[in-house]
Amino acid sequence: MFAAENGLKGDPRLQAISRAIRVVPDFPKPGIMFQDITTLLLDHKAFKDTVDIFVDRYRDMDISVVAGVEARGFMFGPAIALAIGAKFVPLRKPRKLPGEVISESYVLEYGTDCLEMHVGAVEPGERVIVIDDLVATGGTLSAAIKLLERVGAEVVECACVIGLPEVKDCCRIKGRPLYILVEPRLSDECC
Amino acid sequence: MSADKDEDPRMNGIKSKIRVVPDFPKPGIMFQDITTLLLDSKAFKDTIDLFVERYKDKNISVVAGIEARGFIFGPPIALAIGAKFVPLRKPGKLPGEIISEDYVLEYGKDCLQMHIGAVQPEERALVVDDLIATGGTLCAAMNLLERVGAEVVECACVIELPDLKGRERLKGKPLYVLVESH
Repeated sequence: MFAAENGLKGDPRLQAISRAIRVVPDFPKPGIMFQDITTLLLDHKAFKDTVDIFVDRYRDMDISVVAGVEARGFMFGPAIALAIGAKFVPLRKPRKLPGEVISESYVLEYGTDCLEMHVGAVEPGERVIVIDDLVATGGTLSAAIKLLERVGAEVVECACVIGLPEVKDCCRIKGRPLYILVEPRLSDECC
Repeated sequence: MSADKDEDPRMNGIKSKIRVVPDFPKPGIMFQDITTLLLDSKAFKDTIDLFVERYKDKNISVVAGIEARGFIFGPPIALAIGAKFVPLRKPGKLPGEIISEDYVLEYGKDCLQMHIGAVQPEERALVVDDLIATGGTLCAAMNLLERVGAEVVECACVIELPDLKGRERLKGKPLYVLVESH
């Protein structure tokens, strides 16, 4: 679900967050309008508002784990975890985590990729939110959900700053709810 | 300098949460794993608080974090002290116009990149990473910031490996760490 349709309709913070995100055409390849959140991180108020909106949503939901997807999920997840008193668990590309890991492969447009989590980081029955900067096809988030469910955790929701149109009408990933702050903009002109 | 371990009661809690993983990524290396620190919300909060207390009145407008574990500590510090967060990334990740700095590894070399326009001349910057070893990556980070005219006020890491003398590779800039590991 989009934040504007779920309690934050007309919230001026959402407009400022959307405007702070830069659109970079043809990255990483021609035809893709890349939604660049690094400009959001340069706007202290908009960055703080982004974190605050997620914190306000999750602080009373008994969340004990915030799992962040490498690498841009690391920019948002820890601040949320700290504010709600949860642990932060990084979900990483292969061979980055030093201890014993479990791995989940997922399909890309061409080829496959893999996400890993430390064994023992999350206990059975823990309530988890998964955070990333953007959701497109949901492939990465699906792999993240699988990792967490394999260790017996409950994924309460997936949270992303930006949600591509593919997910607009389908607000669940593997049956788990999805919460998104803004839609992508088409370009940096006007608005 | 490092935080006064004898006086601040938070230090022991932080140090005890760092896990050492032998022979990672290769035999002979005792890897300092901060992920276990992140599982203890009090110890993680104490870590951030120690940095925030040190920097909040130093007019820092930029916190630059080194990919990827610098992305875990940098943003909470930046948010708390009112600074922007600037990710310093491996090649090919940042979508806009970038500047690059090569640096030497034990075998071969690597490269760090920063967005053009993210940092203005004369901004006061902090560089954050989880750990300093030889100092090569931190030095590359400092070079990127100085090339755009920023002033690197200090480098801040959770852990230092003092035997590798990384502190001496920071071009005379100060280094602040919470934990030393010999």
